Amino acid sequence: METMTLSKPIETDANGYLKDPNQWTPELAHEIANSLHITLTDKHFEVLNWLRTKHAEGVALSIRKVGNSGIVDIKQFYQLFPGGPLKNAAKIAGIPKPVSCI
Amino acid sequence: MKDLLILGAGTAGTMMANKLIRHLNKKEWKITIVDKDENHYYQPGFLFVPFGIYQPHEIVKKKSEFIPAGAHFILDEVKNILGEENKVELKSGKVLTYDILIIATGVEPVPEETEGLKGDLWYKDIFDFYSFEGAVKLSEKLRTWEGGKLVIQLNESIIKCPVAPLEFTFLADSFFQERGMRDKVNITYVTPLSGAFTKPKATAMLNGLLEEKQVSVVPDFYVQHVDNERKVLVSYDEREVPFDLLVTVPVNKGDRMIAASELGDDDGLNFVPTDKHTLQSKKFANMFVIGDATNVPASKAGSVAHFEADILLENILHYIKGEPLRAQFDGHSNCFIETGHGKAALIDFNYTTEPLPGKFPIPVVGPMELLKVNRLNHYGKLMFRWVYWHMLLTGIKLPVPTHMSMAGKVTA
Repeated sequence: METMTLSKPIETDANGYLKDPNQWTPELAHEIANSLHITLTDKHFEVLNWLRTKHAEGVALSIRKVGNSGIVDIKQFYQLFPGGPLKNAAKIAGIPKPVSCI
Repeated sequence: MKDLLILGAGTAGTMMANKLIRHLNKKEWKITIVDKDENHYYQPGFLFVPFGIYQPHEIVKKKSEFIPAGAHFILDEVKNILGEENKVELKSGKVLTYDILIIATGVEPVPEETEGLKGDLWYKDIFDFYSFEGAVKLSEKLRTWEGGKLVIQLNESIIKCPVAPLEFTFLADSFFQERGMRDKVNITYVTPLSGAFTKPKATAMLNGLLEEKQVSVVPDFYVQHVDNERKVLVSYDEREVPFDLLVTVPVNKGDRMIAASELGDDDGLNFVPTDKHTLQSKKFANMFVIGDATNVPASKAGSVAHFEADILLENILHYIKGEPLRAQFDGHSNCFIETGHGKAALIDFNYTTEPLPGKFPIPVVGPMELLKVNRLNHYGKLMFRWVYWHMLLTGIKLPVPTHMSMAGKVTA
């Protein structure tokens, strides 16, 4: 079982994604973001909260859906979470890694 | 007399009509099903058409052949659902009322969502194979193509049949090898996800296929636009992938009448907010959603619709009796993955269990191997076309459990 070496031990999967979204706190988000060299602003948290809400509702998430959320467009989403925006934002939001079926 | 109305006579809608007709009292319930297209396409066959493995005529039949006697089939387009009034407006002007509504209108590829995708090169050097027309046009192209950079690319991660692009890639490798021109073709797979495989066990078992077939993978690539002049894909973070022949999977959206009816999720992709376990709409108690049309985090695939159909039948019967909706969908999905050269792999998973290796028990036929590439799985895939037309659509129970079973699976 993997754990994250953060201020308190949190159970994660092999890729560093939280096993239980309920263990997430804004402080934890800052720590995960730091490890990805991202400094979180209010705008980041708006996106993170939207992702967490949608995930709790049982919704499948995608980059385009975030781009149509009314919070950021896709370009801004990339600027906030460079590299792979959805996979990085999901990690910071404490929700599972976006995956395909295999 | 009460009305049960089904919108969409594709895989999910047709199965529901066939299941419900056997369970609802004909003196009490009238079943009506509406679709704008008279043809039923065997969609798993779209994958095989470009390579000439299936001929186009082999994957089309008339929808009316599969609508059960006693159900009313209306060939018309749905314009609007008026959920508050329990009414549906059709393009012809006709208005239908319902006591229970099932939305089974699926998804459609929308190339217009990506700038430059449906431009000058559309159906010249850029093709989709998720539509009958695209699959047929691509088969014509492949017959005369002399080689170069073949790029298979996904515009989004939420697409119908997420393994089909990978299967296309493997079949393309076989196809060009058989034509003696594999050395003239460079194959690149471009995905917005973190890799061609994203789940740990599947990655461990199948990732070697990509190297074996000399396919390069470009991960985390989300296309912003297609430059038709230079023939390159440009991502949102300004990376580029050049192509000579682009096989693309456009963004998938739900039916546009979902938006017109204000029933879509707030992200504008026209998927209907649905309880992922009961399949009831989150907005109206007498509205249910099945198959690709939902926003649940299951694969958009026929096998999912098939397992959902068993759950939905049960829950509709509960709903009619005023009982709690006890049947719970677990996200079960099951599919064969063509890997080329007459072989295939098989996967079986749900919301919480990733595809695992091991055996998949099937009565009479015997166990099939999971996450393993072999000939038997390929024959299973080919045989499935017969099963689809003769058993699945007509609602005959297949010897596969509705809920995913751990029997035979290896977890360690």
